[in-house]
Amino acid sequence: MRFKTASSPHTTPVSSVNVIMRKVLMAMIPGTAATAYFFGWGVLINICLACVVAISSETLMLYLRKRPMKPYLSDNSALLTACLLAMALPQLAPWWLTVIAVSSAIILGKHLYGGLGFNPFNPAMVGYVIVIISFPKEMTQWVPPAVAGYSQLGFLETLQVIFAGSIPAGMSWDSITMATPLDTMKTQLGLELSINDIHQHKVYGPMFSSVSGVGWEWINGLFLAGGLWLAYKRIIDWRIPAGLLGMLFLLSNSFALYDYSSFTPPTFQLFSGGIMLAAFFIATDPVTASTTIRGRWIFGAGIGFFIFVIRTWGSYPDGIAFAVLLMNMTAPLLDYYTMPRTFGHHWSEFPGHHKKEPEE
Amino acid sequence: MSDVNYNEISRSGLWTNNVALVQLLGLCPLLAVTGTVINGLGLGIATLITLVASNIIVSLIRNWVRPEVRVPVFVMIIASVVTTIELTMNAWFYELYKVLGIFIPLIVTNCSILARAEAYASKNKLLPSAMDGLMMGLGFAGVLVALGAMREAIGRGTLLADAHLMFGDIATNWTIVLVEDYSGLLLAILPPGAFIGLGLIIALKNVIDRKLEKRQPKIVAPAGSEATS
Repeated sequence: MRFKTASSPHTTPVSSVNVIMRKVLMAMIPGTAATAYFFGWGVLINICLACVVAISSETLMLYLRKRPMKPYLSDNSALLTACLLAMALPQLAPWWLTVIAVSSAIILGKHLYGGLGFNPFNPAMVGYVIVIISFPKEMTQWVPPAVAGYSQLGFLETLQVIFAGSIPAGMSWDSITMATPLDTMKTQLGLELSINDIHQHKVYGPMFSSVSGVGWEWINGLFLAGGLWLAYKRIIDWRIPAGLLGMLFLLSNSFALYDYSSFTPPTFQLFSGGIMLAAFFIATDPVTASTTIRGRWIFGAGIGFFIFVIRTWGSYPDGIAFAVLLMNMTAPLLDYYTMPRTFGHHWSEFPGHHKKEPEE
Repeated sequence: MSDVNYNEISRSGLWTNNVALVQLLGLCPLLAVTGTVINGLGLGIATLITLVASNIIVSLIRNWVRPEVRVPVFVMIIASVVTTIELTMNAWFYELYKVLGIFIPLIVTNCSILARAEAYASKNKLLPSAMDGLMMGLGFAGVLVALGAMREAIGRGTLLADAHLMFGDIATNWTIVLVEDYSGLLLAILPPGAFIGLGLIIALKNVIDRKLEKRQPKIVAPAGSEATS
């Protein structure tokens, strides 16, 4: 929406969807660059492929639904979904995996519910959950971070792996892919090793840094910076990430204090996997998040709670997508029960409030 | 009651009032067992037989059951029929019986069967009631098979896998492999695939209905004008 104002003292508020989406995309650049630095060409190839698939699925659905092309295609929302999803997929994911993830995100997650603004679930997370449930093996094809000791594939080799599924001569899947720190931590903790043992381990030790995993602290730090800029610009509401990170910190800190050898410290929890990306870019999706102030605190804290529970006791190494979808389901209820009172109206007029009537 | 319109009963059961697509009844077995064509067909046929048998019995006793106790009586009849079918399958289709498991006894709780007994068989004569049960059952079984085929094709890349469970040893080679070395889309086999699949089938039905509706006036209008002129 663009509100044109007639006379000079006013500035034109620019709050259209495409500007918001563009700023969110811009804020993702530092974190994305760090990811590409540590995890190689696969990141950029995934993003390009995801964007192409997103735009074509969007076009196809707009055509089938007989909606105007230009306003919907230029709102950048499909591109944002594609980029978020591409960041979540493993770098050496085969091309068809990205195609299935992105097209189901746009078609099933967004357009079948009525398009942008009507989708109850975050489309990117719907796409991610569909592929992680369907293709658990392919979803493990993460590459080792680009630091001393690990070899990485060149651009052409990466293209070949993604599009032809052929591994360069003399290499095996085990030599070009590696479990993520979160995954390793979970597996090794399951084998009764203590966190200290895992850090000292001669095979798995080098992938951990003093903060979290090698490379991951930079990626999460830069997403955090981008997210703070978005919050400062008032494009996202700070309460959702604050609730999410606060709850995750609270839980992980309590458990780590209780038993530091089998529960990872809060720094590891906060700077591993896609936490900052989830807190600032995924959970804050204006369509699928709660919209009231108290609702947003609860919404964020709920996601943080489920992430911790799934990471610690679940069967998947990370639980961001499931946590976001679970809380997406509760958003309408949260909005209903946390509706603020409008000035001039009595509490009793609001459905969610059961305050006792004052005795008359 | 010679004016019973059997075409109308068939149309209603198979399409316009389809148990699975329009009434959305009996979704629990529909969503749970349609992982393959054969599972869908097995449960579809069991439900079909239950519907026909219970409709026949309810229709026969409709004048002797007092309205106050009719529902418990109907449930008893349905439960007896389902138990008979369960024991029969246990005897002759043991492998299929094991695959379908709890969903055979659960046919009792399929609301569509009680709904037909209450809404149709308890008010109509034997033959129309039997016909109603048959057509409703066919409509339900058709959706089960379609959903089973869809999920099996997408999820496993085959059709008619494990057909020997139902048709005996001659059917061991009936499996049609659609895609060689298919790695499988696990989602289609899991419960979400059933919901998405059913949603897509309902959408397809609505699209077809809308197409038919658009075509209707063109055909009806000249016929009507001829009749009036």
